[in-house]
Amino acid sequence: MAKLLLELLSEEIPARMQARAAQDLQRLLADRLTAMGLAHAGTRGFAGPRRLVAVVDGLPRVRPDVEEEKRGPRVGAPENAIQGFLKGAGLQSLDQAEKRSTEKGEFWFAVTRRKGGPTEAVLPQILIDTIRAMSWPKSMKWGSGTFAWVRPLHSILAVFDGKPLPGQLDLGGNMPPLKFGNRTRGHRFLSSGQITIDEVAGYIRQLRAARVIVDPVERAAVIRAKVETLCIQAGVKVQHDEALIDEVAGLVEWPVPLVGTIDAVFMDLPPEVMVTSMRTHQRYFATLREDGSMADKFVVVANMITTDGGTEIIAGNERVLRARLADARFFWDQDRKIRLEDRLPALKQIVFHARLGTQYERVERIAAVAREIVAQEKSGFFRDVDVNHVEQAARLCKADLVSGMVGEFPELQGTMGRYYARHEGLPGEVADAIGDHYSPRGVGDACPTAPVSVAVALADRLDTLTGFWSIKETPTGSRDPFGLRRAALGAIRLVLENGLRLDLIRAFSAAETAHAAATDRDDLLAFFEDRLKVQVREQGVRHDLIDAVFALSGEDDLVRLLARVKALQEFIGTDDGRDLLVAYNRAANIVRAEEKKEKGLAAKIAGALGEKLLQQAEERALATALASADARAATALDSEDFAGAMAALAELRKPIDVFFDRVTVNTDQTELRLNRLKLLARIRTTIDRVADFSRIEG
Amino acid sequence: MPSPTDSPKPTCFQELVLALQHYWAGEGCVVLQPYDMEMGAGTFHTATTLRALGPAPWRACYVQPSRRPKDGRYGDNPNRLQHYYQFQVILKPSPDDILDRYFGSLRAIGIDPDLHDLRLVEDDWESPTLGAWGLGWEVWCDGMEVTQFTYFQQVGGIEVELVSGEITYGLERLAMYLFDKKSVYELPFNRADSAVPVTYGEVFLRNEREQSAYNFERADTEMLFRHFADAEKECAALLGNSNGKLALPAYDQCIKASHAFNMLDARGVISVTERQAYIGRVRALAKACCEAWLEGRT
Repeated sequence: MAKLLLELLSEEIPARMQARAAQDLQRLLADRLTAMGLAHAGTRGFAGPRRLVAVVDGLPRVRPDVEEEKRGPRVGAPENAIQGFLKGAGLQSLDQAEKRSTEKGEFWFAVTRRKGGPTEAVLPQILIDTIRAMSWPKSMKWGSGTFAWVRPLHSILAVFDGKPLPGQLDLGGNMPPLKFGNRTRGHRFLSSGQITIDEVAGYIRQLRAARVIVDPVERAAVIRAKVETLCIQAGVKVQHDEALIDEVAGLVEWPVPLVGTIDAVFMDLPPEVMVTSMRTHQRYFATLREDGSMADKFVVVANMITTDGGTEIIAGNERVLRARLADARFFWDQDRKIRLEDRLPALKQIVFHARLGTQYERVERIAAVAREIVAQEKSGFFRDVDVNHVEQAARLCKADLVSGMVGEFPELQGTMGRYYARHEGLPGEVADAIGDHYSPRGVGDACPTAPVSVAVALADRLDTLTGFWSIKETPTGSRDPFGLRRAALGAIRLVLENGLRLDLIRAFSAAETAHAAATDRDDLLAFFEDRLKVQVREQGVRHDLIDAVFALSGEDDLVRLLARVKALQEFIGTDDGRDLLVAYNRAANIVRAEEKKEKGLAAKIAGALGEKLLQQAEERALATALASADARAATALDSEDFAGAMAALAELRKPIDVFFDRVTVNTDQTELRLNRLKLLARIRTTIDRVADFSRIEG
Repeated sequence: MPSPTDSPKPTCFQELVLALQHYWAGEGCVVLQPYDMEMGAGTFHTATTLRALGPAPWRACYVQPSRRPKDGRYGDNPNRLQHYYQFQVILKPSPDDILDRYFGSLRAIGIDPDLHDLRLVEDDWESPTLGAWGLGWEVWCDGMEVTQFTYFQQVGGIEVELVSGEITYGLERLAMYLFDKKSVYELPFNRADSAVPVTYGEVFLRNEREQSAYNFERADTEMLFRHFADAEKECAALLGNSNGKLALPAYDQCIKASHAFNMLDARGVISVTERQAYIGRVRALAKACCEAWLEGRT
């Protein structure tokens, strides 16, 4: 058994593309090896800023003979199909093909028997095919060549069983081909000259000596450990950030964490501003003091060891951060001179969407809708809210978009608005609503609970959704450019997690009024229902039960809908529930079958029961039970006692069973038959009061 | 020629420019002078935009004053200017060792790669107004962006035949780093031992104040709209004449239109939706000029 080592040395590969590239390279290589009949023990892949590496373990030194067959067209197929097949298989004529019978008829087969041989003879072509099959999110040409790679490719190291493989990659144009070899280079600045590689273990070791850690997992581990140690030494805590560790591991070949100090004059800036400056712009790790507040230390991970122990590097990074924070301080000072209110006219310059007006128009709408939400909500959630605060927060919620700081750091939208509102001395709940109204941003994000924040956040989403629904820009398939699915999920969480009692259709119509446009409200409501199913799936709520409840009346109060669904789910889980469902389906099936046979039957059995036609005791018992269940269920539903409604239905189980046992529905007596069908139809309508049982699966 | 590393380390803004010119002249570049029109970046210079197209090899370097009306801060911000200088290098086709040559230029201006942390951080470049894009990096020196490095793939909507490597140094920022100044205005423009030592602020602070006021408050927007329309019309006329297309004069008009647009944008009179349309109009001019440039090649 032997090992194969492939290293592609290039100019710096973007960090975000590295992990995927290492996986792709392994997969493409493994597929091609397998296709050539080369079984192997496994592949390993590594990626870093300058190199992409694949190792294949346990390859045979000699390749066994392989027989490959390719099915062609049917015998007697048109000439062009035959010719295409011959060409594709590399055959001269049909004499070289074989006729074989299959289950589907007689087909031509091309059978190529390839003699095995030394593995190294086929590897170069496999490697070239693999390299050519790689695809990058963005690739480029360089020099005068036509070959495209993520950045210019400088060398290809290919070693099999301790020996360099011959081979070359054609770069096109006037470029000389890239010849395979057994040489590579180490760190760009910490090593010089070429390194000759004999085998895989040596490769990792030799590169380490040349200041390159090949494995990204190891680089990340080094960063994690050293950052931690440095922070302990500096008496601070690191803000844990695995995503940043992974990104930095993709930016350095030899990680050297260093601690820098933040100039004291910037320590009064909002922590979010400092963290954004450091993390997003500079890839520094922020640190905290014991009490959780920002510490004046940061960690930068350099890719370099210098003779001065990093003094210059630290000084340089401190200088850069100083300039960044000075910029931030400039915005922070300037921004606070202008009241949010005075920024509103500038929102007229910002188009939200060409057909939905400017941000200025949008906040006016959000204010109107937020006020309506407060007025419409029935549980008393907004009982203690000052509606003027709601309106104020809504009108100011986008004002920070035209501040200098958000212009520079868009990710701080909301956060800055909150700071500026506090600075102006606006009520705390207004400032918080401005800060929180973008939440929940995603699944893991906390949902606002403060009433003013909830009103604004929900109004924002309803405005967005009705707006895009009114111009028919709704999500299709995987396309959702305006994030409407997320907006609906956010609205659902705001409603459910705060127990808001709203009739959505009415709320939509408030948003429509603000837009002065009509929407297909039912379609939007159905969209909410779909999102709701996704939302509650994790809580184990069955989607068919949501359908069952939603179907009867287009229930648009999400809290009530869910309470009903949950009661139903519990009920369906009991013996009573299961049996009732069986009975329901039996009754419904009989009625449906009869309706199919006889035109106009549906109308005939819609009316009231003929009391006198209830001949058998079981019929009368069922009729009485239905009337009583119907009344009890109705009362229970009115008071939203869904368990009570289910209990009322449970009472039907026995009378229905007995009825089916003792009573023949399809008798020869027409009147009697009709009345019994009416009775069955009533079973359906009574049960359907609570939920459309026909939508419940099994 | 003496090796550039032998030259003493620059001590002021103008020595930085001289060192870069000297170094890149040694790498076979034509040392050009700035294009004599207002433009947003050195890329707009014909030595880059037009020369990047076609099969002819080309190497040039030059300083280009760059105007970004929106970036004006009335001289109040120590890091931001509406008028600043770029040092632009273009090597076509990009040589295999272009990065080594680039690192050599850092040595030439006094940044020793062995003492600093030099990093190539992904930064793809796109100019919607020029219909151009390329892939490359920002070069970071100890966390600071000192250079923009791009391999051109497309210019004027046309796929390049030979890939140019474009190296753009932001001179003020680089100088602030080299000479350890917190404000651009404190940069020494010439040597401290000059007969008349001058700072960057003495040369440009008043210009920043007045030009910012012009860009944001005073520029006559009616006039600028007219200039845009005139330049667009002239450009089309120069390319649509039956006596032959004049690619270079037409391209000048494209540059004018682009600057008029940048001014209008700074004045805040172009809405977000209109913005796209204006960018599209400039791109159409750039594309037509690039096509005419290629057609007229002899």
